[in-house]
Amino acid sequence: MANTNDTWKLAGKDYSSRLIVGTGKYKDFEQTAAAVAASGAEIVTVAVRRVNVTDPSQPMLVDYLDPKKITYLPNTAGCFDAQSAMRTLRLAREAGGWDLVKLEVLGDQRTLYPNMPETFVAVKELVKEGFKVMVYCNDDPIAAKTLEDMGCVSVMPLGGPIGSGLGIQNPVQIRLIIEQASVPILVDAGVGTASDATIAMELGCDGVLMNTAIAGAKDPVKMAAAMRLAVESGRLSYQAGRMPKKLYADPSSPLSGLI
Amino acid sequence: MLAITVNGDTKRIPDTVSLADFLIDLGLDPKKVAIERNLEIVPKSTYACVDLVEGDTLEIVHFIGGG
Repeated sequence: MANTNDTWKLAGKDYSSRLIVGTGKYKDFEQTAAAVAASGAEIVTVAVRRVNVTDPSQPMLVDYLDPKKITYLPNTAGCFDAQSAMRTLRLAREAGGWDLVKLEVLGDQRTLYPNMPETFVAVKELVKEGFKVMVYCNDDPIAAKTLEDMGCVSVMPLGGPIGSGLGIQNPVQIRLIIEQASVPILVDAGVGTASDATIAMELGCDGVLMNTAIAGAKDPVKMAAAMRLAVESGRLSYQAGRMPKKLYADPSSPLSGLI
Repeated sequence: MLAITVNGDTKRIPDTVSLADFLIDLGLDPKKVAIERNLEIVPKSTYACVDLVEGDTLEIVHFIGGG
């Protein structure tokens, strides 16, 4: 059963897919495009990097994923301070002409954990400059609320370290963040396999963002399809409302009429 | 000839060349890139009116795959 009318609103626009996928780490652009198609994602994250000026004939991502058909979400991956993140996103806005961006200011190479003080600095300035900021952040409900109050259009706490595939390590924190939020909450990072995406959605997230879980699978296109189903499944399960957990068995067949 | 820095490398270019002409010489589609000149964004609409001068530092970027 498709959940056709279940859309979510991000920065004033309705989306039906709750899966946002990254476009890094694929074998080639053909595989990237095939995986994005299989995932059903309407938004993809992209990085901003120097053009190879010595060989400008190299294929470009925009030749394989049409930005008119799919929303490009430029990120600031690799930025460890507010200034470089803001510089990157200003360039991204000029390159693409869109204001929706993913801000991630990283703390260190080993954990890729968010640097929250620098993140706050960048959010303040970017919101003032008219950017619609989706922000990668730690799983602190107070920080998440502050980012929302500062004008972020979406708050995206990590479920686990970027690229780790460890799964959702912090369900209690994520749930606390969801309960108090009035902007979309997406789990960004940590998902390793389809059941992780389902767990994130069952917590009540508006969506899930992932890259390595798909690109790092043996068959990325098949995993992209699995993630699509997992996100839909978790969403339906959340809406359906799970049965209460019990400590002891409870027979499914009636006891009356036993022979 | 002028010396300018493009994406970290020094390049020699003719004395009077606009940013638009420079992109054509490089073989880059202006629609697919964004340019920072001396740490300031150059709006796409102004590429034809920006003349490059000695010592300019350009960053020319585009979108690549990323998570």
